[in-house]
Amino acid sequence: MTPPDIDDRAIAAHVPRLRRYATALVGNRPDADDLVQDCVEKALANRHALRDPSKLGGWLMTILHNLHISSQRGRRRRGAEVPVEDLADDLALSVPPADRGAVRDFVRAFAQLTDEHRTILLLTGMEGLSYREVAEVLELPIGTVMSRLARARERLRVLLEGGTQQVVRRIK
Amino acid sequence: MSGTRNPVTEAELHAWLDGELPEERLSDVERHLADNPDVAQRFDRYRVQRSLLGQSFGPLIDQPLPDRLTPPFTVREPSAIAAPRGGRGTWWGMAVAASLLVFVAGGTSGWLLRDRMGGRTEPPTAAFIADAVAAHRVFSVEVRHPVEIGVDEEAHLVNWLSKRLGKNMRCPKVTRGGYELIGGRLLADSVGPVAMYMYEDAAGRRITLYIRPSPNTSGSAFRFAQDGGVRALYWQDNGLALAVAGEADRDTLSGIAEEVYGALNS
Repeated sequence: MTPPDIDDRAIAAHVPRLRRYATALVGNRPDADDLVQDCVEKALANRHALRDPSKLGGWLMTILHNLHISSQRGRRRRGAEVPVEDLADDLALSVPPADRGAVRDFVRAFAQLTDEHRTILLLTGMEGLSYREVAEVLELPIGTVMSRLARARERLRVLLEGGTQQVVRRIK
Repeated sequence: MSGTRNPVTEAELHAWLDGELPEERLSDVERHLADNPDVAQRFDRYRVQRSLLGQSFGPLIDQPLPDRLTPPFTVREPSAIAAPRGGRGTWWGMAVAASLLVFVAGGTSGWLLRDRMGGRTEPPTAAFIADAVAAHRVFSVEVRHPVEIGVDEEAHLVNWLSKRLGKNMRCPKVTRGGYELIGGRLLADSVGPVAMYMYEDAAGRRITLYIRPSPNTSGSAFRFAQDGGVRALYWQDNGLALAVAGEADRDTLSGIAEEVYGALNS
């Protein structure tokens, strides 16, 4: 057997992050775990395609992202309300009691965003990726990343606070 | 500040929030925020959003992982991967059934060892697996004499068994699952000599590896069998029939089988 470029262990190191990202993205754990498992399998099947092992983290994110997009295309209808309630309650329990309400509201509002908006907010705000890295993961021009991020933040602000949405027509 | 030559853009404000603003623009952006309290307030809200994002989802990283997301990872057959998502429950079941697929190439009807795609042969017989499980039952409970030759004489053990079976019998000394080789013995069954290695983990759980020469065979799929509390994975490779047996879960057995396969083919 030829020694694999990337082994199980290298991929396993990224699984907790992938899973966190996937859970926040899809709003429930079982679907998130399916997505991560698909991602791991696809990565293993294509392990030789990755030339630079130091890029493994971003490469896995790209795979997960693309798998998520194609699964969403498969089923357009998306009624995430029911499962996200469970997640919101779960996540609220992992913070101090005083913050529970805020976390619950946030998780619910976040679930109402589009996938594109959730993705961009998670990659920048949660995963700490730079705009350039986000552009690489999503295979988008950096300008698109920045304008999408601006819209996502504004949309989420409105969902959280009500009020009128600031129209962001021109980014530059 | 719209009258200045370089007005501050929305994108620059976000870049400022994200720490990506070029330093030479910092003072312009800060002045813009000071002059436009509504904008400053909006970006305050964005900052709060970001911290709520971390507070809400951050703890997810510490959640225990389910088995299917811990190594050794499995790879489904291409036909299973192409299956529609609706039937998740069933095709995840198939994935578990294929738990050794790390070194299995695809194919719709069976899983062949990657190096042995060409010659599919009969799988090891039921008699073989019964012998392997029986040997496990007899010897794994032995307190004083579980093995004939201990791991302290590993080289001698390996040489001896290799000579008697006419094949290289090099096996992993410690497995990733934490099982350590404690020794082995020579057995006899209806066909002739059989080698048995025994592994033990820190909790005293034992796994046995049962190896019988099996001439004129090439590779076969990994197969799973269960008899009472004893589970076994068995396969043929390179003129040998092999079985890993124990009370351990299937993933653990798969991991050990994989390592044995690797050691015997290195």
